[in-house]
Amino acid sequence: MDRFTLERLNEARRQRQAAILVTNLASGVVRLVREDDAGLDRMIEPALAELLPDRFRSARSGLVRTADGDEFFLTVHVPPPRLVIIGAVHISQALAPMARIAGFDVTIIDPRTAFATPERFADVAVLAEWPEDVLKRAPLDAFTAVAALTHDPKIDDEPIRAALAAGCFYVGALGSRKTHAKRIERLQAAGVSPAATATIRAPIGLAIGAQSPAEIAVSVLAELVEALRKRGVVATELAS
Amino acid sequence: MTVEPPLQLDNADVLGIAEDWVRAGRSVALATVVETWGSAPRPVGSHLVIDGDCHFEGSVSGGCVEGAVIEEAIEVIGKGEPRLLEFGVADETAWRVGLSCGGRIRVYVEKVV
Repeated sequence: MDRFTLERLNEARRQRQAAILVTNLASGVVRLVREDDAGLDRMIEPALAELLPDRFRSARSGLVRTADGDEFFLTVHVPPPRLVIIGAVHISQALAPMARIAGFDVTIIDPRTAFATPERFADVAVLAEWPEDVLKRAPLDAFTAVAALTHDPKIDDEPIRAALAAGCFYVGALGSRKTHAKRIERLQAAGVSPAATATIRAPIGLAIGAQSPAEIAVSVLAELVEALRKRGVVATELAS
Repeated sequence: MTVEPPLQLDNADVLGIAEDWVRAGRSVALATVVETWGSAPRPVGSHLVIDGDCHFEGSVSGGCVEGAVIEEAIEVIGKGEPRLLEFGVADETAWRVGLSCGGRIRVYVEKVV
């Protein structure tokens, strides 16, 4: 590998961009493919290029053999997923530890200081600030999920809008269908496209008949994992 | 939430170390686990970085074949050509990592030029 490719790979990792290093094990030739690259087909032979979307989703490195018998190693680098929970509420108390176990880097944001206390959320970053202030210094990205759980438009709407703009792989919002219909009206009035608002998961969570806050947390986490592992696929389905 | 996330992760940022070493003018080889069978102690994609003076960081086998990989890496640094190595992992080692059935790994070693 040449040092410039190594530098570009580390740069992609620092920027939280997914990237795959494609190494021809016979020739030693190395190419770097970033998920945000356009014109993938020009860089990589089609037989290899068609394997890459699945690799980006599964984040699994591995060896592939082409029909010609050449061996390529795909080193897959995908940033660690983050979950930003808006609302230090009862569901969040269950969702935060569950999501941490599942491998998400969890942050809870709630400007209501009575809710956002370290006592209620052991071992999780809890920020008693307005979401827009936090997101200014720590912007959202494609490998971040946002779950808005306060029911309060003053707190939830802006991070939902920001999450849609940033292309977060998951944007979920708590609330009934009626509440959500009003939310969509507000977001569209603020300039968010119908295509974007259609990707919001609401009512939040998979339909497993969840009742208690902990059960709702399970349904949200399952939906999160699905969104992460089917990135792109699910988005296309939702849009169609 | 941190604005500048630390580099990842499982590999204790071996690739970051490799870049630092190259910048410092050291000769560097990178070893990568490309295939495993059975109870290999480190997963596919694991890295070991080696410099011309036998310094190393990371792991391709949890310790049992690192010595051999480092020897090969020194030769790769000297000659510049990549190599594909194959190792059987002894049962004793497999026991130590909690598995009893042994395993095999293939390791690709390349010079960072």
